[in-house]
Amino acid sequence: MGRVLAVIIWIITLLSVLMFLSGKWWFPAAISEHAPALDRQFLITIVVVGISFTAAQIGLGWMVWKYRDTGSKSDRATYSHGSNRLEVLWTVITAVVFITLGVMGQSVWASLRLHDAPAGSYTVEVVAQQFSWNFHYAGKDNKFGRTDPQLIDDSALNFVGLDSSDTASADDSVTTALAIPVNRPVELRLRSKDVIHNFWVPQLRFKQDLVPGMEIKVHFTANKVGKYELACAELCGMNHFKMKSYMLVLPEADIQALQAMPQEQFQARVAELLNQYQLPSY
Amino acid sequence: MSAETHEVHRHPAPTGFIRKYIFSIDHKVIGIQYIMLALAAVLVGMIMSLLMRLNLSWPGKGWPILETLFPTGAPGGVMTAEFYLSLVTMHGTIMVFFVLTTAPQGGFGNYFLPIQIGAEDMAFPYLNMLSFWVTLVGFIVILLAIVVEGNATVGHWFAAFGQSFTGGSGTVGPIGGWTGYAPLSALGKIAGPGQGAGMNLWVISIAIFCVGSLLGALNFITTLLNMRTKGMSLMRMPLTCWAWFTTAVLALLSFPVLLGGGILLLLDRIAGTSFFIPSGLYVSGLLSGSNPNFPLHTGGSPILWQHLFWFFGHPEVYIAILPGMGATSHILATFARKPVFGYRAMVFAIFAIGLLGFFVWGHHMFISGMSPYSAIAFSVLTLSIGVPSAVKTFNWLGTLWGARIRFTTAMLFAIGFVSLFVAGGITGLILGQSSLDLPMHDTYIVPAHFHLVMGVASIFGMFAALYFWFPKMFGRFMNETLGRIHFWITFIGVYAIFVPMHVMGIVGMPRRYSSFTEYRFLDSLHPLVVLVTVAAIVTITVQILFYFNVFWSIFKGKKAGDNPWEATTLEWTTATPPPHDNFAGVLPTVYHGPYEFAVPGAPNDYVMQTDVGADVSSSDGHNGHKH
Repeated sequence: MGRVLAVIIWIITLLSVLMFLSGKWWFPAAISEHAPALDRQFLITIVVVGISFTAAQIGLGWMVWKYRDTGSKSDRATYSHGSNRLEVLWTVITAVVFITLGVMGQSVWASLRLHDAPAGSYTVEVVAQQFSWNFHYAGKDNKFGRTDPQLIDDSALNFVGLDSSDTASADDSVTTALAIPVNRPVELRLRSKDVIHNFWVPQLRFKQDLVPGMEIKVHFTANKVGKYELACAELCGMNHFKMKSYMLVLPEADIQALQAMPQEQFQARVAELLNQYQLPSY
Repeated sequence: MSAETHEVHRHPAPTGFIRKYIFSIDHKVIGIQYIMLALAAVLVGMIMSLLMRLNLSWPGKGWPILETLFPTGAPGGVMTAEFYLSLVTMHGTIMVFFVLTTAPQGGFGNYFLPIQIGAEDMAFPYLNMLSFWVTLVGFIVILLAIVVEGNATVGHWFAAFGQSFTGGSGTVGPIGGWTGYAPLSALGKIAGPGQGAGMNLWVISIAIFCVGSLLGALNFITTLLNMRTKGMSLMRMPLTCWAWFTTAVLALLSFPVLLGGGILLLLDRIAGTSFFIPSGLYVSGLLSGSNPNFPLHTGGSPILWQHLFWFFGHPEVYIAILPGMGATSHILATFARKPVFGYRAMVFAIFAIGLLGFFVWGHHMFISGMSPYSAIAFSVLTLSIGVPSAVKTFNWLGTLWGARIRFTTAMLFAIGFVSLFVAGGITGLILGQSSLDLPMHDTYIVPAHFHLVMGVASIFGMFAALYFWFPKMFGRFMNETLGRIHFWITFIGVYAIFVPMHVMGIVGMPRRYSSFTEYRFLDSLHPLVVLVTVAAIVTITVQILFYFNVFWSIFKGKKAGDNPWEATTLEWTTATPPPHDNFAGVLPTVYHGPYEFAVPGAPNDYVMQTDVGADVSSSDGHNGHKH
């Protein structure tokens, strides 16, 4: 029984590790500036995880393989209540490894979250609702028109509650897909009209809740032109699974051109670009 | 403890059937009642997980029985998205509260804590009875949610309680997940199907459950501190007792917070308050305050709910698993025929896990919008909780080192616990880092991680406990052959279910999606989704053997003696099954620590705690002593 159990534990361990090593299922290729550092931290962590997992399972298998009951009355187990030296040793080692890992894990976080977006960032206001996305752009004056929840009227297509009496709103555009420039910091100002949603683009290695009643500012820099799937990653109601949109990462010139367009033209151009770009092959 | 103290608690054995088996104040009967409740609840939760897997693997396929049961929720037998989400919610709620919190603590803790410390009963037997019946009412209320939302006729009866109580939406309950994040959970019917009567019943059920757990926790703490028998010093207690005690402390400190949060949520829903609902919401085409169905709300904080929920929710993870750790330590030592390695370190580790467990709730909220500075503190504290967890693992391996292992079914499950605890716990190193949470949050790696560690490992602890203590509880063994088949298939099955979910998470598959067909980046995962489902079907099917084994063995199992496993602790010194007052009027006196196996020079390879003479160690603790 002990040997069977040991072998099963070892086979499970081997298959589990192989599943991670197969390379068949991994992150989609990253497209953000912070991603390489994050992927490196993930790799370091999963190597530590893999080694600890494998070592513990091999050890466990070895114990059950080796220390079976022989059935003999006179053959007893080793009488030991433990060893303080071993306790201190493994406590210190795990504490050093785990806490070092935890401290290292803060650097990407700190670079993204402890500072405001750099000057010159491209800013988009994101307003999520059950079960769609609205992206609000400032237009050529670089000023967002005033918005007010009291003015929201989905039936009149004023999804973000834009105040048309505010002069700054005249050149603003609202689309259902996100268009951002490549190689330039982007600041998103995230809001929600109803419940909590989450902005999630796997290639960005980035996720953030949109919380009603709060405006949450986040920033990142995308460095590869293309079209990417954008998903909601916080349960928001029945159609959560299809609260989908796209993120277009565009050359600066395209963004400049978009910014100069009035809303209808802006929307038509984004639709055109969405058709033009293909999703990355997975 | 003097004999006089116990006089106060003595109550005569009941004679009538109802006082003996139904409204019993005997901790042993109450323990079995809790276990039966968990066995019923886990069946419901397991069937729900099976339905979810079917929907994910074969989207759009009709299952006729579903249409018969839920004509609105599964037209043509195909689940609606909201039906799927209500399964997600109810599976999580039922499993976490009515399985993982009842069986380990209320079940085995109730039955064996008093016996293991040499007491005649719990300190407050009537309170004990009350805590079970309150918990049962909570379970009935959550089952009611299934009927009220699933059946249109019943749903409309509930309209009598007010508009927000109407049900019949064709779900089996609310659709917001077991975490019930506000404002989705606070807005009422306007937020979607299942969020009316089903959600109200969900909150009420949990509030009732909190009360039941609080009463239980008070009883456990009082009993353990005041009713230990002569010679049963704290450091001579079995590790199970330390685990149950720590669990009770965690429950005492965390359930009131959830209870408070639940009451505030209910007030938001039915009394028009705004604890969790901010101003200016626009939901389903209506502005807050513009319509009687959507009253004016202002000034609430959605994140406040998350803080209250997770301040309870994280300690809850340890409430679920600590008793399993205790049982595993206990059973490993018994069948390794060896003392627990580092008893004192094990006690400190249990306490460290319990204490640190109160300072890490924020790791569920890295991307919630809370301060990024607090995320750093929560992250580092979270990683440090891995240290006492690793210490426990090392000590379990140390216990097996140099052992003479007897591979009973109970031992197999205890070894399985160690394996699964490592597999599930170790990925906490990934999820605990705020940076890595950016891609990982709310993907399948999260359910993979917590199912392995707090779900499956805890359940393995309980399987081990049941196979181990069954002879003491019912006077008969469970069938070992069936038990082994149950172990092998379940052990391999749970790995096949949950390891693939980790790689799904790395690819980025979001949890709580009723369908993955919308996203191209998830297409490559479909074979894994099907693999997981097949493994789940096999694993769930083999549990039928387990249920059969339990109920068959109660009546037909092989008869057991008083100490069939040659174990050392007090439950094995008394009759099988134990008499009403546990020790037939003579409380035992304890002379030894709990795990004196393989003592050199002793006549047997085990020295029971009550054995006079053959003094094998100092009176208080053994760690580091060389013999």
